[in-house]
Amino acid sequence: MKTEIIDILQKYPAGAKENLIPILQDIQGNEGFLSKGSVIEVGNYLSMPTSKIFGVATFYNQFRFSPLGKFHIQVCRGTACHVLGSLTVLETIEKYVGVKAGSTSRDGIFSIEEVACMGACGLAPVISVNGNFHAKVNSESIKEILDSYRKQAEL
Amino acid sequence: MSFLIEINNKQVEARKGETILDVLKRNGIKVPTLCHLKDMFPTGSCRMCVVENLKTNRLVTSCSTPVEEGMKILTHSARVVESRKTIVELLLSNHPDDCLYCVRNKNCELQNLSEELHVRERRIRGVKNNNHIDRSSVSIVRDPDKCILCGRCVRVCEEVMGVSCIDFINRGSKTVIGTTFNQGLNTSSCVNCGQCIMVCPTGALSEKSHFPELLSMLSNPEKTVVVQYAPAISVSLAEELKLEPGKDINGIMNAALRKIGFKYVFDTTFTADLTIMEEASELVERVKTGGVLPMITSCCPGWIKFAEEFYPEMIPNLSSCKSPQQMMGAVIKTYWSGKTGVKPENIYSVSVMPCTAKKFEAQREEMTNKGITDVDAVLTTRELGQLIRMFGIDMNNLAPETTDSPLGYRSSAGKLFAASGGVMEAAIRTAYHFITGDELIKFKIEALRGFKGCKEAEVDIDGLKVKVAVVNGLANARILLDSIKRGEKTFHFIEIMACPGGCLNGGGQHIGASEEDVKQRMKTIYDIDDKETIKVSHKNPEIIQIYEEFLEKPLGHKSHELLHTHYYKRDVIH
Repeated sequence: MKTEIIDILQKYPAGAKENLIPILQDIQGNEGFLSKGSVIEVGNYLSMPTSKIFGVATFYNQFRFSPLGKFHIQVCRGTACHVLGSLTVLETIEKYVGVKAGSTSRDGIFSIEEVACMGACGLAPVISVNGNFHAKVNSESIKEILDSYRKQAEL
Repeated sequence: MSFLIEINNKQVEARKGETILDVLKRNGIKVPTLCHLKDMFPTGSCRMCVVENLKTNRLVTSCSTPVEEGMKILTHSARVVESRKTIVELLLSNHPDDCLYCVRNKNCELQNLSEELHVRERRIRGVKNNNHIDRSSVSIVRDPDKCILCGRCVRVCEEVMGVSCIDFINRGSKTVIGTTFNQGLNTSSCVNCGQCIMVCPTGALSEKSHFPELLSMLSNPEKTVVVQYAPAISVSLAEELKLEPGKDINGIMNAALRKIGFKYVFDTTFTADLTIMEEASELVERVKTGGVLPMITSCCPGWIKFAEEFYPEMIPNLSSCKSPQQMMGAVIKTYWSGKTGVKPENIYSVSVMPCTAKKFEAQREEMTNKGITDVDAVLTTRELGQLIRMFGIDMNNLAPETTDSPLGYRSSAGKLFAASGGVMEAAIRTAYHFITGDELIKFKIEALRGFKGCKEAEVDIDGLKVKVAVVNGLANARILLDSIKRGEKTFHFIEIMACPGGCLNGGGQHIGASEEDVKQRMKTIYDIDDKETIKVSHKNPEIIQIYEEFLEKPLGHKSHELLHTHYYKRDVIH
């Protein structure tokens, strides 16, 4: 078992199932995602079937089960962005990257996440790549933006 | 405390603490349910059982609402019926609609509700489910598209079986039921017991069928297709064929099996007797030589996989005996093959079991001897029913036949294997004989009978107080094993069966049997034991014969080679 995971688990009493969500948040905060290994360790530590842990973790949008890509794309799916075509934007990104929202591309360069609202409705439709906002994107401009990130990654 | 409530404008008595559904059932009023499971805490999630509460003018779920004094309930008002109908229509809106091709066609709760509530058109159109069918398990097939998310499988797996290999995944319209990381069932801690199939209202869960291979073998002239059936089959097949529930139809079942094309018909109960000879000898040896105790039975493949996964430290406690199915498989392809001259590679050995875990057991690596598998195909009781229908056999017009000999004769002790506690009773009868040389005066051990989850007894064998326990339902096994591990309890011998009530309520049995039907099966088993004269395994003449001609003695060299096995710690995702 990884020492980071042991350290996180030992902050909580063994078998205390009520701490499941804080533990998962801690692990994700540390590792960037919930790996199979860590879910199994949490199960052992809390004496809880992993199916239950996976059930809880998939219920909430915040947990992910694959590592983030080098560039993490957040696509705003809030109302303003939706009205101005964020679904097409999302679909274009998914097609470009080759995976669905919530996953990471095989080469590890991109990961996609749907977010409810980024609080930048004036910039709709908006995406954020590693925290850098790109405003008023459309299916054409998105390809150029992602191309430039891909070039960066390949450097 | 009891009081009156009004149901459908009629005063009826209700007791404090009861749910509305309890009162309705007692008064013979039927309201449909889906997520409800008897004796389990209600979830009220499916809303099928809603009734109208005239006091509050609301629809309430009868399964989860406790009765209150002065309640006024309508169970079938227009509003209630409309509401139920809408629920069914919503469930159907994303359902695959392939009833004609479905394993549960004509025995499906969703289909029945749709018919009862007179759903005659597709009023609500939804996006159809589109999930992968999970065929990874050798016992159980999961088709999430047919799942209506009632959650009964999840609860049985957790609360009755103590396994918890499946749960709800995701949220809202994306919810599915699946294993950890939504992987195949084969990599999960699933013990293949099939109790999830028994509670599934639709065809989302079913056994893996071996039909195509079996049918081609039946018509292959080079193959000798033989069949064995478990002790529980003869008392549970009747319902599958719409005959009297719990009736013993052993004779006509033999005839039907021959009509289907099985060349030889053997009774697994014979090898249940053989198991008793070996297991009782093992117990006596362990007690005499200070071996690992408590010894725990190994007949139930669901329990065995459970032990390998969750209690690997107790593997030395498991009896090394193969299960009766595997013992029969082994002796057919050695002893019987030698006697009849049919080469083992030309024998296609089929078993009919009340169980889905037996399919898993048959393909375990340890169950192959020199490249020859003990058992080639395992059918459930349901699949045998299907086969009988497919071959157009009229069970009402068949003359009873007997099994083939050898490997067909049984004692009534072996028959007891069908019920929880039966292996224990049969083993005690023979162990008593092995130790004392005499026979028990009173065979029946009432304390070990019935559906209670954990039964304990003490048996005096020649001054030795033998402490035994019988467990059914693996969640109960957890409780008992944990108490043994903590040193709170000690036993000499424990019988563990995965399914509640034992094999007669196994995961391969008829779906939709009532509690009374299952009780009747148990009663029939005990009636057989009461009526018959050979009540102990060691007096079965064919058992005496097989030891004389072939095996020599219990725990002998041949026995070890063919009838015993070993188990391993199993790494799965818990």
